[in-house]
Amino acid sequence: MSLDKDTIRKIAFLARIRVPEDALDGLAGELSDIIGWVEQLNEVDTEGVEPMTSVADMDWPRRDDEITDGGRAQDILANATDPEPAPGGEDGNGGGFFTVPKVVE
Amino acid sequence: MTAFPELSIAAAGKGLEAGDFTAEELTRACIEALESGRDLNAFITETPDIALDRAKASDARRADGRAAGPMDGIPIAIKDLFCTEGVLTTAGSHILDGFTPAYESTVSANLKDSGAVMLGKTNLDEFAMGSANVTSYYGPVKNPWKGPGGKDLVPGGSSGGSAAAVAGGLCPGAIGTDTGGSIRQPASFCGIVGMKPTYGRCSRWGIVAFASSLDQAGPLTRTVEDAAIMLGAMAGHDAKDSTSAPIDVADFSAGLGEGVKGMKVGIPKEYTLDGMPAEVEALWRQGMDWLKGQGAECIDVSLPHTKYALPAYYIVAPAEASSNLARYDGVRYGLRVEGSTLDDMYEATRGEGFGDEVRRRVLIGTYVLSAGYYDAYYRQAQKVRTLIARDFTEAFEQVDVLLTPTAPSAAFAIGEKMDDPVAMYLNDVFTVPASMAGLPAISVPAGLDGDGLPLGLHLIAKPFDEVTLFRAASALEQAAGFDAKPGARPSTPQGGAS
Repeated sequence: MSLDKDTIRKIAFLARIRVPEDALDGLAGELSDIIGWVEQLNEVDTEGVEPMTSVADMDWPRRDDEITDGGRAQDILANATDPEPAPGGEDGNGGGFFTVPKVVE
Repeated sequence: MTAFPELSIAAAGKGLEAGDFTAEELTRACIEALESGRDLNAFITETPDIALDRAKASDARRADGRAAGPMDGIPIAIKDLFCTEGVLTTAGSHILDGFTPAYESTVSANLKDSGAVMLGKTNLDEFAMGSANVTSYYGPVKNPWKGPGGKDLVPGGSSGGSAAAVAGGLCPGAIGTDTGGSIRQPASFCGIVGMKPTYGRCSRWGIVAFASSLDQAGPLTRTVEDAAIMLGAMAGHDAKDSTSAPIDVADFSAGLGEGVKGMKVGIPKEYTLDGMPAEVEALWRQGMDWLKGQGAECIDVSLPHTKYALPAYYIVAPAEASSNLARYDGVRYGLRVEGSTLDDMYEATRGEGFGDEVRRRVLIGTYVLSAGYYDAYYRQAQKVRTLIARDFTEAFEQVDVLLTPTAPSAAFAIGEKMDDPVAMYLNDVFTVPASMAGLPAISVPAGLDGDGLPLGLHLIAKPFDEVTLFRAASALEQAAGFDAKPGARPSTPQGGAS
């Protein structure tokens, strides 16, 4: 399958990656090559084969449904751009927010 | 006496125990080696102050008779994909600019608890996506081995900085991560040992995620014994990673030096590729002879779906990456490029923050998971993955380990294969199948090619049978007697190149 410029534009939007208009042609070529190459998988007869969901042959562990961590607002905000600091801040539980461009008019 | 940073972990441990030198002396020597080896670009961040603090603490423990074990006081390097508390963690990406974790990954915490001394964070392909360490935002790493005419070569990838640091004599050991060959292939390119444990053996908690069903941490060292020692300090069940196996840490050194008498070694016929360099094939045959010479039995086996492992990997890994990398949105950490709306900010941040290879893989992953293509690509790849794993299960009914080449070539020049993604992907053709099946595997340096560059041999074992893997690897290591060093190349090739 060959991917055209419109398809690249669409998946770039789905992935939220801005791709400059002049890079679309190059990417369409590269991605078409890769997709063309992986399509050899269609040769494999997978009738009745279960798709793998985990390589580990184990039961998924369960844990008690209890709070084991928390109260770390300061730590969590420490790497954010321009965060709204937690008021009073010292105990780390006083709120504090990430900031983003306005989403509601 | 061997220069400090050139010592093996086992030898350094004995020296520390005997009081021949202190951890501080050893660490200072490594810090100097790091400084004089900066041309390799193996490190993104050096942490000499942390290293000296930990070395002094190790010496104090030892003076009190409380040394923690064979890693106590041993300086190591950490791939910059492991989150380290209070130390910049970049994953080799622009998008993680300035990210300083408030927590420590389980594997690096285990090493710290074992007394190991962190020298710094090593360079890598961006988000561990690459086979040549050329996709890092922090520039390419140089292999300490030079090509004909002194040409700069790639160290392999993605754990290229870790491999170059160990091969270049900057430190005795380093940790890396391996998703499709990212420990084993650079180990082969740099003439050292690189080991990927069974999926689930080491906790993935605190490792920047690339493809969660494949990622595993492992050691890069100069000897097989060192790899076994180091893995012992890294492994173990961790409740914070639900895929971490609730299995006790084995004594990985238990089989070292026991030889391979009576061991059944499988030789998968599908690993003979058209156009494979004669030297690689000759070294593989030499490896069979070495093991047979020590009493092992080589048995031809078939892994019929081998050729589909790489294309299946290039659906599964990008699909998981596209999901894992969705978190880099400019909001919580790292780079933010302002935009007028939220979507605008996301797109601008991710457009600027991701390099070409990461962008390519996230787009491929997004495509194969998108409506209308999921069944055709992703689901089919997961079914093929089941068949690949089944091939191994059947082979291991007949044999104890499998022997293959590690990589289809020796290290190539920086800049080569850059314009052809699929040609670059083929570097991992021999390492990816074991990754897809979650199996433990190791690359052992075994010979030199016609240009005097190292080539590795690759062993694969059953799930959680690292003890047998190390046992076979140590026999191979002993027979190969690989002692070539970068920069001191003999004029006539050795080993399998003859």
